[in-house]
Amino acid sequence: MTSVRVLVGTKKGAFILTGDGKRQKWKVSEPLFSGWEIYHMKGSRADPNRLYASQTSGWFGQVIQRSDDGGKTWHQPGTPPGEPTTGPGGMPKGESNKFVYDTSPETGKPITTHQWYDGTQHPWEFKRVWHVEPSLHDADTLYAGVEDAALFRSTDGGKSWNEMAGLRGHGTGPRWSPGAGGMGLHTIVLDPTNPKRMYIAISAAGAFRTDDGGKTWKAINRGLRSPYLPEPTPEVGFCVHRLAMHPSKPDVVFMQLHQGGGVFRTDNAGDQWQEVNGNLPTDFGFPIDVHAHDANTIYNIPMDPYMRVPPEGKLRVYRSKTGGKEWEPLSKGLPQENCYVNVLRDAMSIDSLDPCGVYFGTTGGQVYCSADSGDSWQPIVRDLPGVLSVEVQTLQ
Amino acid sequence: MVSKTKDEVRTIRVVLPFHLRMLAKIPGEVQLEVEPPVTQRAVLDALETRYPMLSGTTRDHITQRRRAFLRFYACEQDLSLEEPDAPLPEAVAAGKEPFLIIGAIAGG
Repeated sequence: MTSVRVLVGTKKGAFILTGDGKRQKWKVSEPLFSGWEIYHMKGSRADPNRLYASQTSGWFGQVIQRSDDGGKTWHQPGTPPGEPTTGPGGMPKGESNKFVYDTSPETGKPITTHQWYDGTQHPWEFKRVWHVEPSLHDADTLYAGVEDAALFRSTDGGKSWNEMAGLRGHGTGPRWSPGAGGMGLHTIVLDPTNPKRMYIAISAAGAFRTDDGGKTWKAINRGLRSPYLPEPTPEVGFCVHRLAMHPSKPDVVFMQLHQGGGVFRTDNAGDQWQEVNGNLPTDFGFPIDVHAHDANTIYNIPMDPYMRVPPEGKLRVYRSKTGGKEWEPLSKGLPQENCYVNVLRDAMSIDSLDPCGVYFGTTGGQVYCSADSGDSWQPIVRDLPGVLSVEVQTLQ
Repeated sequence: MVSKTKDEVRTIRVVLPFHLRMLAKIPGEVQLEVEPPVTQRAVLDALETRYPMLSGTTRDHITQRRRAFLRFYACEQDLSLEEPDAPLPEAVAAGKEPFLIIGAIAGG
């Protein structure tokens, strides 16, 4: 029987929303990891019962959680309780929460500073995992995008992590600088047709692509526009909010850029971007996503760029069936007055049923679902803590 | 190998903040076996060995610095700024008083 599982990360724990194939009947789990920020939670395509979560806290640091049974039980995949955390030689054993930048001359790059808010150089300091991206083919392999921006990989189910140092070693590293929310690597997009190709995005450095499995990276920001930058077309420095791609067209990528930019698309894997804001009411927003069955239909939620709330207090998803330029507002079932919530970059997801379901969560704690590709909406739950991330799994 | 006698190994009481008790599934106070000298570092090492899921939560993985929003108290003293290798009060080393790990209070 077909069902969907919606993984919701919030400011005070995680929730799993389970829906039937029609997406009409929902069961909301008890809170998981109560009191902790769950920046992101995502399931493996290779094994849908394998879930990973980034549990983080300004008090207690970073924790990686893993479930092998679809979210019923969770554990930290590192060293079991009672065993020493170091081996006989003093080397750490399976420390699933340990993210160490690789600065070795052999495997890493000796870059130790990036640009700080005041223009000075600042040491790279690990703060948290923003995004976990399981491999499309192997449940034990996953990627983590972290703040300060770097990409890590685990090949043992999250037990241990190694930095893919080629990214941070890109020649532009010392020119990357944090946005107001920090310098996070928040988007990881895997090409299903080419295991060596991957796209990532960093606030506020821009988008990058690797074609050799992460050894080397290319900044792919040509054609973007950010009027707040002194140079009109710098190689890096763009505050990319989100990237999205349809698996059938991996060279076509959509981007939500910061204010002054808006929505962009590339048809050649990021070598050149073009702005496709068209009739959107604003050029600001965080998430962007692609329809499950139509690679040219995309979704975006415009926000007032100064207040970061829906324009006119009306919560509207915008859909373009032409890959940008021409947009239609979707508001049926969404609040159309006095609505002042935000929708964060990782808080939108799309299932693969037909018609596809579209989901998003708000900073006000609502999670909305459309079972008809955006034509109409209903809240699954209204009063969760502020939503940080939403990911959906379609289960057969 | 000579095993430590009962007199040499101390039983230290540690009280963790709510979120770390939840993380490690600890219902109440923790009792840890620590060899003298009983210091902050020795207590936290013992804590992380017994509960690996707490590695990196009270102190940074790499620098070993106390996390900024945590404080260490014992015997009505704030020990947060003490050197990690400084001996803890005798009452803590003797197991009479607990070593308290406290989360800083903040809104929300």
